[in-house]
Amino acid sequence: MPWKTVCVLKLIHTVMDLYLPIFVILAIASGLAGLIVVISIVFGPRKRAQVKAKLQPYESGMNAIGQGQRRFPVRFYLIAVLFILFDVEVIFFYPWAVAFRQLGLYGLIQMLVFVGILFAGYIWVWKKGALDWETMDK
Amino acid sequence: MPVILELILKSLVLIFVLLTGFAYMSLVERKVLARLQARYGPNRAGPFGLLQPLADGLKLIVKESITPKSVDVPIYFLAPVLVVIPALILFAVIPVGPGDLFQLASKVNVGVLYVLGVMGVAVYGIVLAGWSSNNKYASLGGLRASAQLISYELGMGLAMVTVVLMAGSMSMADIVAAQLPTQFGGVLGWFIFRQPVAAVVFAITALAETMRSPFDLVEAEQELTAGYMTEYSGMKFALFFMGEYVKMIAVSGLFATFFLGGWSGPFVSEVPLLGLVYFTIKVIACLLLMILVRATLPRVRYDKLMAIGWKTLMPVMLANVVITAVLIVIGVPGYK
Repeated sequence: MPWKTVCVLKLIHTVMDLYLPIFVILAIASGLAGLIVVISIVFGPRKRAQVKAKLQPYESGMNAIGQGQRRFPVRFYLIAVLFILFDVEVIFFYPWAVAFRQLGLYGLIQMLVFVGILFAGYIWVWKKGALDWETMDK
Repeated sequence: MPVILELILKSLVLIFVLLTGFAYMSLVERKVLARLQARYGPNRAGPFGLLQPLADGLKLIVKESITPKSVDVPIYFLAPVLVVIPALILFAVIPVGPGDLFQLASKVNVGVLYVLGVMGVAVYGIVLAGWSSNNKYASLGGLRASAQLISYELGMGLAMVTVVLMAGSMSMADIVAAQLPTQFGGVLGWFIFRQPVAAVVFAITALAETMRSPFDLVEAEQELTAGYMTEYSGMKFALFFMGEYVKMIAVSGLFATFFLGGWSGPFVSEVPLLGLVYFTIKVIACLLLMILVRATLPRVRYDKLMAIGWKTLMPVMLANVVITAVLIVIGVPGYK
């Protein structure tokens, strides 16, 4: 067998060994969730709507005006962009945290530089007002 | 293959326990809340209302499943499923006792990453539910939920970095092993005593991630009726509740594993079953704490919620990571 095939087979074996339980529970959980959705369709009464209002979007008894999906404040978008930035940076901490005991002082200094850069960006974002919910869209 | 059969059996038992836990969690919550407000709570169905969850479930099954005309049908049906699946599989990496019998996938060497990933997927169900409902309450609830969940994921991620830093491994089994009484000063070996700040932050972000009071703005009844689940009825509605409560149980399990020593406790090495008992006790204690918080604290305002997440938890946790790293390099007892 060529060595590449051996490597791939070994990889598949390791992955299966560790992650098979997750695939099994994922399959069972998906089946169960799907089953519950089907159950509610099968066992629930299926009445034809007597009045048109029954199938309208719920607006506390008022007639629905316009679409439900409206334009939304840009601050939600801003939060999402900031989240991506900082979350990627948080993810960088994980491999460092696992290897930290081997890296020792060298790892600490490396990380301090990284946190310094991250923190400078954080302060900049804060000073720009991106974290102030009230003034964000001004 | 017997291995597969064993895994299927274990998964079924785990899911059964989680769903039973969800059913009785809803009853206990109503009971405790009622007693704290000088009411009785449900007490008609069976002795002490013990059959109430069954009655609720049956009632929801025979309710009509209404699909409003304006919804985006495939996504509308997909959303509750996407809420439940991550909640159910989140528990898979948590070891509930010593030895192979009590673990499903806790040997996965990136258990903490798995938790972060599954938590991230859980956001989709809620956002899609809010969006596909085509309802103003629902889309506002979905928007609020997405912003809140992703903001608090940062704090939670950094709290877990500290745990990984202390344990030197991302596997749940190793994290429990690092807190065993033999490692450092008995019960003081628990990370809640060695990392109190991370524990508090994790608890706060866990409340926000499960959208529990005081961070339940997503479903703030007074302003948004039921938030993202306004247009759902019958068992689809129940799926959202199931997702929320199972996630509460899973997050409590995570807190117990990360900070309360997991299944560790006295005499576990002699009687392995005791590990399961200790773990259950710790999880129930966390769940009761969540109920007490709901009974005690008022809801926070949305801008304050964002301010807590971004302006307090972020810098505090960054500082915590740095201080922990320095303590480890210096070699302070308990942090070596």
